[in-house]
Amino acid sequence: MDTLQLLISGIANGCIYGLIALGFVLIYKASESVNFAQGDMMILGAFLAIALLNTDQADLPFLLGLAIAGLSLGVFAYLLDALLLRRVFGQPQLTMVILTIALGFVLRFVIGAIWGHDPVGLDSPVVGQRLSIGGLTVPVIDAVIIGTTVFLVAVLWLFFARTRLGLAMQASSQNQMAAYYMGIPVKRVVSLVWAMSGVMAAIAGVLFAAKGAVEPSAGLVFGIKAFAAAVIGGMGSLPGALAGGLLIGIMEPFAGRHLPSHIAQVSPYALMLLVLILRPSGLFAQVRAKKV
Amino acid sequence: MSLLEVNNVSLSFGGIRAIDGVSFDVNPGEVFTIVGPNGAGKSSLFNLISRFYEPAAGSIRFDGQDLLACKPHEVIDSGIARTFQNIELFDHATVLDNLLIGRHSRRRTYWFEDLLFLPRVRREEQEHRRAVEEVIDFLELAAYRDRMIQGLPYGVRKVVEIAQALVSRPKLLLLDEPAAGLSVEETENMAWWIEDMQKDLGLTIVMVEHDMGLVSRVSDRVLAIAEGRPLVEGAPGEVQAHPEVIRAWLGGVDE
Repeated sequence: MDTLQLLISGIANGCIYGLIALGFVLIYKASESVNFAQGDMMILGAFLAIALLNTDQADLPFLLGLAIAGLSLGVFAYLLDALLLRRVFGQPQLTMVILTIALGFVLRFVIGAIWGHDPVGLDSPVVGQRLSIGGLTVPVIDAVIIGTTVFLVAVLWLFFARTRLGLAMQASSQNQMAAYYMGIPVKRVVSLVWAMSGVMAAIAGVLFAAKGAVEPSAGLVFGIKAFAAAVIGGMGSLPGALAGGLLIGIMEPFAGRHLPSHIAQVSPYALMLLVLILRPSGLFAQVRAKKV
Repeated sequence: MSLLEVNNVSLSFGGIRAIDGVSFDVNPGEVFTIVGPNGAGKSSLFNLISRFYEPAAGSIRFDGQDLLACKPHEVIDSGIARTFQNIELFDHATVLDNLLIGRHSRRRTYWFEDLLFLPRVRREEQEHRRAVEEVIDFLELAAYRDRMIQGLPYGVRKVVEIAQALVSRPKLLLLDEPAAGLSVEETENMAWWIEDMQKDLGLTIVMVEHDMGLVSRVSDRVLAIAEGRPLVEGAPGEVQAHPEVIRAWLGGVDE
């Protein structure tokens, strides 16, 4: 029973890692670079939602506040790409990496300056509620997190498989030149991918803040773990990112229970190293060794 | 009236004048070929027409419209499709998927219709598939329909790239060195395809090509350029025999 409860809690955490890892992969595929501010964008989304929703703050209806937080992050990420990152396009990948690392620092500082450095939780409608299924008590928020993730992944999958824009995103990530001459406005499409991962970061942030508490610097560690998840899944594979996130999420509570704490803390990175040694291109790699 | 009017265009890269006052007209239904030694500016001319480069001077009109008002991704909407010297396809997708994405500019449904797969989307998809299958039949690609681009022979990829350009049903097709890297036999086939596209589809083709055998076989008119300037324009035989052209290719006797 205990194991099952740990497992569910782990899956819920893993879903949030998975959502952030999806953001990493989406941007990696569109911009061919890693957005190291992804975790901080998530925390920004969380704090925005807290400011809009908590009873001692703006106290908006839950779904309205959620929509505003999600849209704001989407617009923020769109403009970030359109106004700033597009200027370094064509430079070595490292330029963008450094730029996003710096952006992460700025975001952490700004969030701290506006909302303070203390941990805060989000007052969600399901806060503290528990669900009992045959002797198993599950926090309702865990069920909400898992359900939201399943829904989001299904919508994303349909979006990429069916819609004109989704296919245009896939095409642009494979060959920008060809995409241009198929009539795809590649720059706008890339910015829209950023917007999408911004919205996903906000949703992940809201789920994260509803489950526990957030503080401005939480994005750094969370982002790095989610990056490890994306690497484990095989940077560039969307199902892989989700699977990597789940793996890390499930692993953490078990490692915390059964291993000394200093070892438990490094377990996600140990897993990443192991995967890099045994399957360097990740569990769900899309690139296979070149045949000669 | 001519379909494409290129009027006195120039293009500079820093201090280098890549194209210097080139003009030509292309009539509907003809195969017009641009030849010239390496570095003459042939591909640059192509990139001007497909709006990849911004000309420093001059005008380009297509089908009565000012082409310079288009952005690169709008060129295909105006009815111009192109291929590339080094093949630009989606390597990790099948031939069929590559051709379907070639229909992108023809899709008219909205994302929420797409997500729900409404009847209108279904009808459109069927129409796209029909258009794609027509091209597959026309270029005899049926055997490769479900193969990944990655594993296909170079010659087949060249034909797939032409197919991808054709599915949008363009009025003008730009072929950037269609025979580059092809064997003698494949070049022979390429000549057939070009003749078929001109005769059966009534397509206007502008081509850059080095293989003079192919050029004289399929072209109606040829423009020779060198160092960014126009040398001679005329029938393939005339251009090939012109002393200016021979000097530009082989080096002058008197210099």
